[in-house]
Amino acid sequence: MKKIDKERLLLAIAAPVLAIVVSFVVTALVLVATGKQPFDAFNIMFQYGIKSDSQVYILDKATTYYIAGLAVAIGFRMNLFNIGVDGQYRMGAFFAAAVGGAVTLPSFLQIPLIILVAMLVGGMWAGIAGVLKTTRGVSEVIATIMLNAIATSVIGYLLQPGRLGHLDAAQTQVSTEPLPASGHLFNFNMGELNGDVYGFIVIAVLLGVAYWFVLNRTRFGFDLRAVGQSESAAEASGVSVKRMVITSMLISGAMAGLIGMPTLLNDAHQFGTEFPAGVGFVGISVALLGRNNPVGVALAALLWAFLERTSTQLEFENYDKEIVGVMQGVIVLSVVIAYEVVRRYGIKRQQQKVGEELAAQAKNKQEVTA
Amino acid sequence: MRRVTKITAAGIASAVLALSATACGSSSQSDASSSGSSSGGLKVGIAYDVGGRGDHSFNDSAAAGIDKAKKGLGVTQVKELTAKTADTDADRETRLEQLADAGYNPVIGVGYSYATAMTAAAKKYPNVTFGIVDSVVPGKNVDSIQFTEEQSSYLAGVAAALKTKTNKIGFIGGVDIPLIKKFQAGFDQGVTDTNPKAKVTAQYLSHGSDLSGFADPAKGKEAAQGMLDSGNDVIYSAAGSSGNGAIEAVAGKTGTWAIGVDSDQYQDASLAKYKNSILTSALKNVDVSVYDLISSVKGGTPLTGTQTYSLAKGGVGLSYSGGFIDDIKTQLDAATKKIVNGDIKVKTTVS
Repeated sequence: MKKIDKERLLLAIAAPVLAIVVSFVVTALVLVATGKQPFDAFNIMFQYGIKSDSQVYILDKATTYYIAGLAVAIGFRMNLFNIGVDGQYRMGAFFAAAVGGAVTLPSFLQIPLIILVAMLVGGMWAGIAGVLKTTRGVSEVIATIMLNAIATSVIGYLLQPGRLGHLDAAQTQVSTEPLPASGHLFNFNMGELNGDVYGFIVIAVLLGVAYWFVLNRTRFGFDLRAVGQSESAAEASGVSVKRMVITSMLISGAMAGLIGMPTLLNDAHQFGTEFPAGVGFVGISVALLGRNNPVGVALAALLWAFLERTSTQLEFENYDKEIVGVMQGVIVLSVVIAYEVVRRYGIKRQQQKVGEELAAQAKNKQEVTA
Repeated sequence: MRRVTKITAAGIASAVLALSATACGSSSQSDASSSGSSSGGLKVGIAYDVGGRGDHSFNDSAAAGIDKAKKGLGVTQVKELTAKTADTDADRETRLEQLADAGYNPVIGVGYSYATAMTAAAKKYPNVTFGIVDSVVPGKNVDSIQFTEEQSSYLAGVAAALKTKTNKIGFIGGVDIPLIKKFQAGFDQGVTDTNPKAKVTAQYLSHGSDLSGFADPAKGKEAAQGMLDSGNDVIYSAAGSSGNGAIEAVAGKTGTWAIGVDSDQYQDASLAKYKNSILTSALKNVDVSVYDLISSVKGGTPLTGTQTYSLAKGGVGLSYSGGFIDDIKTQLDAATKKIVNGDIKVKTTVS
C-alpha cells in the first residue's frame, strides 16, 4: 500500500519537474542562440527573485494566480474547459468595485458584500455558458471565449465618465468610484522597502483547503470527478450530468470572480488599469502545471509570479525580457507533453507489474501442482 | 494512509507560504535617501509605455528626446525599460524604482499609465527627479508633462476636411480613454468647422483598462480596411504602433490619405514604403519635453510642477514633410493663428 503511494507520488511529481527542466534547457538554448550566457541570466533571475521585496511581490502576484488556477482547475476536474475565467474575473471585479464604491457600510459588511457581488457576477457570467451547453449543446470552449469579448465590451461601455466611471485628477484615467476605507482589507506590512503582503492570501489558502475538501471529501466532489472521468458511467450511476455542468460552471465562475479581489481589496481599491486582461489564461497554465492539485497549483502560481518578477530585472540587465515569455510558453507545452509521457510510462509499468505478478502466480501454481 | 499524506502535504505547503511570508533576506532596494545623488555624468532612466522604442509613434517621440540629449547634453548612460500589456501598477512601480535605485536621475515615465506608480515612487525617492508624460503626478520632485493634443488634432481635421473627396473621414483611437478622446474631439471640431458636410467615423481598438489597442498593428490595419471599404478616404489614427497598420492599409488604396500621430511618420524609415500616403502627422513633441527635463536636471534646477506644451509654445503641431499639405498652408496657418490667440477654443471632450 505504502509503496504504491510512493510510486504514484513520484510519477505525479516527475511530470512537472521534467517540464520545468526541459523548459530551462530550451530557454538556455535560445539564450545561447542570441549570443547570451544562459547561466548568467538564470543567476540574475535567482538572485533578484529571492530579495525580500521580490518575495512580497511574488506572494501578492501568486495569490491572484492561485485563485485563477483554482477556478480553471474546478472545470478541468470535470473535463470542462472554462476559457472564460478571464472575462468572469473582470466582470466580477468590475461590478464588485462599482457596488463597493457606491455604498458605505461597516467593514464587516462592506468586504463580504464586495466579495459576494464578485462571486455572483462571475458565477452568472460563467453560468451563461453552462446553460448554453446543457440546453443547446454549445461547446463551453466557444461560449466562454466569446463571453470574454463581450465582457470587455460591457466593461468598456459602463466604465465611462457619467456611467460607472470616474475620472482621475489628471483627466486621463477612468476607474470606478474608489472604495470607502471600510472596503479596504488588512495587509501584512513587511517594512517600508518591501511593501505589503495582501491579507487576501489568508482567504486564498482557505480557498485551496475548501477546494481540496469539496472535491475529495464530499458527495458533490465525487460526482464531479466521476462526470469528468466518464460522463456515461456517471449518468448510469444516477448523477445528473446537466446539473453537474451548470453547478460546476457556477462554482468555477464564482471562484473566477474572486481573482480580482486581492488587487481590489488590498491594493487598488478601484477598478482601473490594475486589472489586466489575461490573468484567466495564466490560470489555465497554472492549473495545468499544478495538475489541478491545490498544493501543485500553489507552487505553479509561485513559479509564475517568480518568472514575471524576474523578467523586469532581466530587461534591466540588458537581456531580452521576452526570454521569460519563451520560458513560460515552453513550460506549458512541455507540461502537456510530459504528463502524457509519464502517464504512458505509468501504465506500462503497471502492466509490467501485473504481468510479472501473474507470471509469478502461474509459476507458483505449476510448482505446487508439480 | 493517503489521507495522512495529503494533510501533511497541505501542512507543508502552508508552512512554506508562512515562511516565505516573513520576507527574509535583503531588499533589492537600498536605503532610499542615499541614492539619487550620484556625481559624475548624468544617468537618464526612461520607462516606455507598451510598444516601447520602435513604435514609430508616441514612444519613439520620447526616444528622440533621449537621442537628442545624448548628442546635445552629453548624456552617456541611458537605461530604457518597456511596459508589458499585462502590467499592474506594482510592475510599473518596480520599473521606476529599479531605475531610481540604480542612480538614474531623472527617471521618466512615458504615458499616463505610470501615474499611480510614479506617485508612490516619487515619495520613496525624494532626491530623484521624475517626469511623467500625459498625466499629472503630485510631488515636489515630479515634472508633469502635458500636451494640447486637441489643438494639433484640430489642424489635422482642417487638413482632412480640405483633402477629402468623399466627405467621409475616419478616426482610429487606440483605447477609448479621455486622453485619446481629446484627439478625437479636436479632430471632429476641425473637420466640421472647415467642411460641415464631411462626417467623421470613429473607432476604438480596445477599451478601458485593456491597453492592447496601442500596440497592435494588425488591429489597426483591420479597422482602417473596414473604413476604406465603406468609402472613407482620409484616416487619422491616434493609436501608437497600431497606427502603422492603418497607414499600411491606406497605402494599399490609391487616392486615400493617412494622417500620422505623435512623431513625423513621413520621416520614419520603416514606414518609407508608405510615406507617399502620409498626408501629415499631428506632432506631439514629447522629445522636446524629455529634452527640456534632462537639460533642467543637468543645469541643477530640475523642472517640476505641470508643464503644458501647447500649439503656441510649439509643443504640438502639424508636419509638412512630403509637401502634401503645402497647398492648404494658408488655411492651416489661419486656423493656427486663431487657436493661438484664442478665437478658436478647441474642445477636449467628444460631445
